[in-house]
Amino acid sequence: MKNISIQLKLNGVRRTLEVEPSDVLLDVLRDKLGVKSPKVGCDRGDCGSCTVFMNGKTVRSCLVLAVEADGADVVTLEGISKNGPTRLQKEFVKRNSFQCGFCAPGVILSAEEALKKHPRASDEEIKEHIAGNLCRCTGYKPILDAIKTVASGKASK
Amino acid sequence: MPIAHEFDYHKPKTLPEAVKLLAEYRGKAKPLAGGTDLIVWLKGGLEKPEAVVDIKALRELGRIVWKKDEALIGALITFSELIDNADVRKKLPVLWEASRTVASVGVRNRATLAGNICSAVPSLDSAPALLVYDAVVHLQGPRGKRQMPLKDFFMGPKKTALAPGELVTGVAVRIPKKKSGGCYAKLGRYAGEDLAQVGLAVLALADNTYRVAHCAVGPVARRAEKIEGLLNGKRLSDILLEEAVRLVDKEISPISDIRSSKEYRLHMTKVMLRRALWAAVNRLAGSGPVAGSSLI
Ligand code: FES
Ligand code: FES
Repeated sequence: MKNISIQLKLNGVRRTLEVEPSDVLLDVLRDKLGVKSPKVGCDRGDCGSCTVFMNGKTVRSCLVLAVEADGADVVTLEGISKNGPTRLQKEFVKRNSFQCGFCAPGVILSAEEALKKHPRASDEEIKEHIAGNLCRCTGYKPILDAIKTVASGKASK
Repeated sequence: MPIAHEFDYHKPKTLPEAVKLLAEYRGKAKPLAGGTDLIVWLKGGLEKPEAVVDIKALRELGRIVWKKDEALIGALITFSELIDNADVRKKLPVLWEASRTVASVGVRNRATLAGNICSAVPSLDSAPALLVYDAVVHLQGPRGKRQMPLKDFFMGPKKTALAPGELVTGVAVRIPKKKSGGCYAKLGRYAGEDLAQVGLAVLALADNTYRVAHCAVGPVARRAEKIEGLLNGKRLSDILLEEAVRLVDKEISPISDIRSSKEYRLHMTKVMLRRALWAAVNRLAGSGPVAGSSLI
C-alpha cells in the first residue's frame, strides 16, 4: 500500500491528506473529509447523486480517483450554500421539489451549472443538464419547475 | 464502493515519459484520462492493472489542432469541450450531434473522445460519427508513432488494435471537402441518458455520395458499405431508399440483450435509416431538422 499525499481546496478551505491510489473521491469526501452531501447511489456514473464541482465543472465523484483531485478545487453542496441557501435552493424549498432528498445535492449542483452556463436556460437546456440525475420520488416536474422559475428571472430573491 | 484491487499511480509530465512508463509495464498499465469507463471497470474487477498512468498533465494532448482539411482532436479533449466548440459544431456537425447524446453532462465533463474509442464497446456513440468522417487514430508506443484508420482499430467488443503499452494520442477527423449534410440518430430506451440500442450516422455529400455508419447493431461499429455502394452516384428518392432498407439485413448483425431484442434493433435500424438519410439530404439542401434535435 503506497500512500500519496494530496492537497486540494474543498469548499474554499485548503486540505491536505493521505490517500491510496485506489481510493475514490466520493468515499474520501464522505469518510475522510466529513462532507456528506455527495451520496453513494449507483456508484458507477449513472445516477448523479455523487455530483460535485471539480475545477468549476460537475463531475461524478464516484468515477474520480482521490489522487486525481490533487491540486483541484472541489465544491460540494455545503460550499455553494455557505452564505445561506441560493436562489435556486429557496425555489426548491418553496415548491417542495424534493421528498426524500437523496437526489437533491446532485440535482442542485447540476442545475447551478446549467444556470451558470445559460443564465436564461431554455427548457431543453435545463433538461439536458438534469438528465442523468435520477430522482425516484418526484417525477421531476417540481424540480424542473423550480429551475425554470429561476431561469426565467421570476424567482423571488 | 472502494476499489479492491491495488495499483500504482503515476502522473507523468511529458509524453515521452508517459510512453516510457507504459512500456515499462509491458501492457499491464492502463492510461487514465476521464476515467468514466476505467473506474467502473476497476470497481467491478474487470480491469486489474499493475498501474494507472494518468495522462492529464500532458498538455499537448489537450488541444484540437485545425488544419485545412483535418482536425486533430487530442486525447484529453472531453465531450463537453467538443460540444462547446463552435468550429466542431460548424465543420463536424455529425460529431457534434453525436457528442451531445453521450451519457450526461457530469460524465461528458470528464469523458474523452479518445477514451470512448479505446473502450470500444459496441454501443459507443462517437464511432459512427468518426467513421463517416474517415477518422484516423494517432498512436504512440514503445515502437514509435503510427496512424491507423478508425475502421481497423475496432477488433471486437471491447477489443482494439492497441499494442501493449501503446497510447492513443489523438483522433484525426477529416473535414469533408465537398459541401455536406449529416446527422446522428440514436435510439435509447428513453429520452435522456442511455446507451444506444441503435446508433446511425449519415453524411450526404454534394456529389451524391453517401457515408453511413452504425453502432450497437453488431460486434463493432462499422461503415455500411453495401448501402453506400447502392446509394453512391444517385439522388435520394423514396424508391432508392426502400432498396437501401432491404440491404439492412445483410449489413448488420444485432444481438438481443438487456436493452432490446435483435428483432427490434433490426426493425428500428430500417426506420432510422429512412429518417436519417432524408435528414442528411435535407440538411445538405439547407433545410431539414435543426442541429441537435432528436430524429426519432
Ligand atoms: S453514485 Fe456516482 S453517479 Fe451514481
Ligand atoms: S427526492 Fe427522493 S430521489 Fe429525488
